[in-house]
Amino acid sequence: MVRKVIEIKNLIHRYNSSQDETVIEALKGVDLHVAKGEFLAVIGHNGSGKSTLAKHLNALLLPHEGSVTINGLDTRKKENTWAIRQQVGMVFQNPDNQLVAATVEEDTAFGPENLGVEPVEIRRLVDDSLERVGLSSFHKRAPHLLSGGQKQRVAIAGIIAMRPNVLVLDEPTAMLDPTGRKEVMATVSALNKEEGLTVVHITHFMEEAVFADRVLVMSEGLVAMEGTPREIFSRVEEIKKLRLDVPQIAELNGCLRKEGLLLPSGILTLEEMVVALCQ
Amino acid sequence: MLKDITIGQYVPGNSLIHRLDPRTKIVAVFLYMVALFSSGDSTGYLIVTAFTISMVFLSKVPWLMILKGIRPLWIILVLTMGLHLFLTQGDIIWQMGFVKITQQGLRQGVFMTLRLVYLVTITSLLTLTTTPIALTDGIESVLKALFVPVAHELAMMMTIALRFIPTLIEETEKIMKAQMARGADFDSGGIVSRAKSLIPLLVPLFLSSFRRADELAMAMEARCYRGGENRTRMKQLQMTGLDYMAFIIVFALLIICIIIRFWM
Repeated sequence: MVRKVIEIKNLIHRYNSSQDETVIEALKGVDLHVAKGEFLAVIGHNGSGKSTLAKHLNALLLPHEGSVTINGLDTRKKENTWAIRQQVGMVFQNPDNQLVAATVEEDTAFGPENLGVEPVEIRRLVDDSLERVGLSSFHKRAPHLLSGGQKQRVAIAGIIAMRPNVLVLDEPTAMLDPTGRKEVMATVSALNKEEGLTVVHITHFMEEAVFADRVLVMSEGLVAMEGTPREIFSRVEEIKKLRLDVPQIAELNGCLRKEGLLLPSGILTLEEMVVALCQ
Repeated sequence: MLKDITIGQYVPGNSLIHRLDPRTKIVAVFLYMVALFSSGDSTGYLIVTAFTISMVFLSKVPWLMILKGIRPLWIILVLTMGLHLFLTQGDIIWQMGFVKITQQGLRQGVFMTLRLVYLVTITSLLTLTTTPIALTDGIESVLKALFVPVAHELAMMMTIALRFIPTLIEETEKIMKAQMARGADFDSGGIVSRAKSLIPLLVPLFLSSFRRADELAMAMEARCYRGGENRTRMKQLQMTGLDYMAFIIVFALLIICIIIRFWM
């Protein structure tokens, strides 16, 4: 059996509404398993609970009911908090608000410094991490002189310098231009494919979910759909009902099939579509 | 327009002063201050002046930069000079009506003004030859050595401030443009109306800074930040022979000044 890095059982999370006394359930009983080395994409519209789910993965939020277990460590136990945060690195949406230090290398060193790693070893980790995200030549640069995509790659470098098992990305591309998005996605896929890093990628860009091994669709605090990108995006009607888009090609495929063309379901890329149509 | 503001005023270079450890420079500045305040006669001032001038030469920082640092102080300098010049009692050397200048007043005035000028010169030499990052590290370890309990927190605040000043300047420009597009006018009217026109700039800036602070705190926690305990640093400050030399020189200056003051 494949080892589970993340195990979530019946996770419930409630917020107190700021306007009145009502309690909002952001997560209403989520079950989720993530295997080692897997690339999981989580999609869902605003308010579907996907960011709340992300914050549960490294104990920034704690379950009100149910449990979250990371590599056998329960997030509800206080003594596990730091071990979990070391294992689960998190990249946030706004590239400007997660870089701490005034140069790229100092920022990358922030995590290992917090963990109390020896200075010589930190130097090695920092150089190695910056190399892996392709920013070695920028090590002395100030963060505000970088592009959005580069800033997010610095954030990723700062996380992988902590040698985590899981990389959680909470809409890392939402504030980036298309070039920056491609840069970040290429970096993340490379880390997943080449180094076997487990990735949980939360996004509202369907094109990015296509890269994943498995897609989880969240709606109203529950898991609405789950499966490979091909399975998920061939269910065009259901996805639309959840107020989500499907990748363009998948939508085209859906339309053509409805019109009676004999195309296979689950076509996701332009190349596949061309091949299918030319047969 | 706002981009022209430089934070810290570091002048890149590789002079002897640039190469000193930030801790050495910080401690040396304090020792220098003691020396400066303990000298009270012409011999003492001659030595301090010689020392100050040779430091500026050694640092290879352009004189103009030093003068720029002193310029904003001119009101205080003129006031110091004037008060001492006209209000000290003693042997009158010049008099017109009730306005008189005494020998002692002249002496005091010149000494006090020089004291202020040297103080500013040496402290700006510190910031001109040390990068803000090195300065922060230096301050942190000097405070730690003095057992100041919040040394790490202060240093972390300075680091974050250094990191976010350019970001906030960019943001200010963005908000300014957005408000100008809505018809806001920042450049005309008297002081009161100008100050009032800053409100639509400051309110959104403050709001977004708080949001930033919130998100940054979360990101720092997610990266295992838990205060200064058990924290290591990648960059270790290293004292070299040069630093020990510098200490010997500054100590010598201090001792000479004290000897001149109290035993001669």
